[in-house]
Amino acid sequence: MIKHDIVIIGAGLAGMRAALEACENHDVAIVTKIYPTRSHSGAAQGGVAAALANLAEDDSPDFHMFDTVKGSDFLGDQDAIEIMVNDAPHVIREMEHFGCVFSRDEKGRIAQRAFGGHSKPRSCYAADRTGHALLHSLYEQILKVSKKLTIYSEYYLRDLVINDFTCNGAIIQDIKTGKIEVLNSKAVLMATGGYGRAFQITSNAFACSGDGLIAAMNNGVPLMDMEFVQFHPTGLYGQGILVSEAARGEGGYLVNGKGERFMETYASKMMELAPRDIVSRSEQTEINEGRGIDGKDFVHLDMRHLGREKILEKLPQVRQLGIDFIGVDMIDAPIPIQPTAHYSMGGIPCDVHGQVIRDKDSSPVRGLFAAGECACVSVHGANRLGTNSLLEAVVFGKRAGASLNEFALNTNRVEISDENHALERTNKLTKELREMNGKESINVVRNEMKNSMTNDCGVYRNPEKMGRCLNKIKDLQKRFKDCSLGDKGSLFNTDFFEAIELKNMLDFSEIILVGAIERKESRGGHARTDYEKRDDVNWLKHTLATKSADGEIKLDYKPVSITKHQPEERKY
Amino acid sequence: MKTVVVTIDRFDQENQRGSYQQDFTIEIPNGLTVLDCLNKIKWEQDHTLTYRMSCRSAICGSCAFRINGKSKLGCKTQADDVITNGKLRIGPIGNTDIIKDLVVDLEPFWYKLKKVKPWLFANKPKDTTKEFYQSSEGYHKIEDASTCILCACCISECNSLKVDKNYVGPAALAKAQRFIDDSRDKNFVQRTREISEPTKVWDCTHCGECSERCPTDAKPLSRIEEIRERVVNAGVHNNGGARHLLSFFKSVGSSGTLDERKIPIESVGIGNLHANLGEIMPVGLKMLSHGKAPSMIHHNVDKVGEVRKIFKKLNKL
Ligand SMILES: Cc1cc2nc3c(=O)[nH]c(=O)nc-3n(C[C@H](O)[C@H](O)[C@H](O)COP(=O)(O)OP(=O)(O)OC[C@H]3O[C@@H](n4cnc5c(N)ncnc54)[C@H](O)[C@@H]3O)c2cc1C
Ligand code: SF4
Ligand code: SF4
Ligand code: FES
Repeated sequence: MIKHDIVIIGAGLAGMRAALEACENHDVAIVTKIYPTRSHSGAAQGGVAAALANLAEDDSPDFHMFDTVKGSDFLGDQDAIEIMVNDAPHVIREMEHFGCVFSRDEKGRIAQRAFGGHSKPRSCYAADRTGHALLHSLYEQILKVSKKLTIYSEYYLRDLVINDFTCNGAIIQDIKTGKIEVLNSKAVLMATGGYGRAFQITSNAFACSGDGLIAAMNNGVPLMDMEFVQFHPTGLYGQGILVSEAARGEGGYLVNGKGERFMETYASKMMELAPRDIVSRSEQTEINEGRGIDGKDFVHLDMRHLGREKILEKLPQVRQLGIDFIGVDMIDAPIPIQPTAHYSMGGIPCDVHGQVIRDKDSSPVRGLFAAGECACVSVHGANRLGTNSLLEAVVFGKRAGASLNEFALNTNRVEISDENHALERTNKLTKELREMNGKESINVVRNEMKNSMTNDCGVYRNPEKMGRCLNKIKDLQKRFKDCSLGDKGSLFNTDFFEAIELKNMLDFSEIILVGAIERKESRGGHARTDYEKRDDVNWLKHTLATKSADGEIKLDYKPVSITKHQPEERKY
Repeated sequence: MKTVVVTIDRFDQENQRGSYQQDFTIEIPNGLTVLDCLNKIKWEQDHTLTYRMSCRSAICGSCAFRINGKSKLGCKTQADDVITNGKLRIGPIGNTDIIKDLVVDLEPFWYKLKKVKPWLFANKPKDTTKEFYQSSEGYHKIEDASTCILCACCISECNSLKVDKNYVGPAALAKAQRFIDDSRDKNFVQRTREISEPTKVWDCTHCGECSERCPTDAKPLSRIEEIRERVVNAGVHNNGGARHLLSFFKSVGSSGTLDERKIPIESVGIGNLHANLGEIMPVGLKMLSHGKAPSMIHHNVDKVGEVRKIFKKLNKL
């Protein structure tokens, strides 16, 4: 057993920002299954929102708040949103102070640009590699204080140690050697990122398999609003690799098979820069009604009118992605795109301090905190605005770090008295997986899950598709047990960890579907063809899904915090 | 669809198989990346095949492999561009210890990165109510280095690293330039001094492999040249490196080409040769023993005899 004051799972923006905050007074450990700079935060391209008012002098946190509330389709918790937008300018300037390499305007200030759903140009950016710039500067700051920290790189979170809703540790496994360790701490922070990998067409990294969510859920913690998955309108056709919204922020057009800028029909004011849920739905409608390019399942993102120079200055990496992955140079040709699973609005429910809660009355799970994409505070509600999630990770990572610090100052470590008990679930699964010798293939099960989720639980949902998909997932959960594990070794066994990831993905897919089938309305990322309208009378509430010991999923609901802005119809 | 034979340089210490090569035959459609090919093999043929990956969009830096002998990102390389006569070879990157198959030990890589103190020493107290201005030119000075994704492609064929394991290597130096040239940093002088210490900026032999392999704009050799310029301009002459540079200029100036044999020696100063032999030994001698030293006859140099004498001396040590 290894002891630390604080254990942080995840070394993306949220995890590292929290660690910086907490390591001053405490012995902090960071656990990450990939090296910190490999975290998916680094893939974020477009920018991070803050009302700095560098480009639009009349911008303010109040506008930012309203845009976010409206963008969330009024499911966002307004107390949390208010904190986020007010903290935004401070945390961004702080990142600048940490050395973040931001692009600059002519006065030397942080450069800003327009982004979907934001009424003012407030996306602070570093060319089109903003996440990378932020992630690397945080990593640099972590290196600076590395004497105060232990980083467990390439260690995998297997389970949490939670008894009577009090968390005092985590079970982790060294990927390199296969050795399992018990970490005993005063508190644990979950910062494990999103859950987009269950979809065939996705912008997410292989690492985004929702491990943290399932570890929490297996310990009785509910998951909130899991049915809300954001589909980004511009994934590279066939792959889902992201073409940043910055492309549209800089003036790109979306064009259908008839050569029309189709957003005219759906959001005549904001056009291509309407929020993502609206643009993705519009795009999918065009495709479904046969107006894709040559009638196929994609449309075009046309950047040619911007000209070579602007593209090279503002979007160098995005252009390169097009060249590398589908052989199209946006300077000369339009890029084929389709909606791609991109962001996970749902996650581990927590309050504005990062404290994880376990029911609709916000009862705490003592010692357990969450931040970043794996958490559901909820600042994004039913639909996240672009650039708000890097912001969320930094703002709430920092806040969670401060909470961890407080908590650890005032709490004694509870010893893990029964190590074997703590290890029970991990050892059992490890044994089962190692002995798996059935006739099914992990790869086949995974592909069937991904196809099913993209086809039947995608941009538009209906009861028939979702029901079919849920049955499929349940069937795949059974078939998973009849798979075989090809690599029986202990050293760097990626086959083994991929199997765990698949199991996790099947488990949260089930939760997505159960929540989605029950939610009989269309709101943000959840669009149903049988209930086309938002229903504030019955559904202005958060879903809380809990899995009982016998595997049954129970749904409960939690009210939305509405402080300043009453729900209204969304027009863009 | 086409058929490709992928030869993989594998390594298995657990079952005592050691290093071995294995051929896999796969059918692939157009448009697959090399990483897709590896996944196809792993998921459909041999689950024990092991490598790192995450983002599959050339930004996380996980998937550096030697592809047909040259380090590249698997996810950024189109298979069609590297398949010749239906064949493709993939191995682990060089200058590292192998853990399993294509997975190499990167701990020294991360450790060395830390040696250049890659964090900002801000020249202003933190005040989050005000921005920390940097001009657009200031930004452009560090932009290229800031694109580094720490993939380690650049260390794979680095000539200096091959002969001296302690050399910090190209990625760490690219990172160093990003801070030396950051207008917001207050440690410029100290940084130029520290970067001139042995195993750092002056130990690069200009082979250019790093920049050729680098998948981003970080291009370490260009960054190394920028650092050297800063160091010399800052007046940090009293070190082997700066003399190395002077020697470099002299060499290029006198013969029109770079006489690599003279550089190690002039770098320590001919007069200081005895006192400083130890310092150039690692690079000079190891280069000889690795067959890496430049050929003994330089086309246009007058002091061939003297250089030969010195090399003989070195050889005897
Ligand atoms: C392609 C793309 C572009 C984006 N662009 C933008 C943008 O422009 N603006 C914006 O605001 N947002 C953007 N986003 C969203 C944003 O990047 C993420 O929401 C945010 O970075 C999440 O940060 P995080 O710290 O929560 O998680 P991550 O950065 O994903 O980090 C998760 C960490 O958890 C660790 N982890 C996970 N599971 C385990 C386990 N089992 N054991 C141990 N460690 C584990 C991982 O190793 C990693 O370190 C984008 C997302 C994508 C996919
Ligand atoms: S140019 Fe220098 S740093 Fe780059 S590979 Fe050659 S010796 Fe190494
Ligand atoms: S300098 Fe280039 S090759 Fe080296 S680690 Fe950075 S991005 Fe990779
Ligand atoms: S998988 Fe991330 S760089 Fe290739």
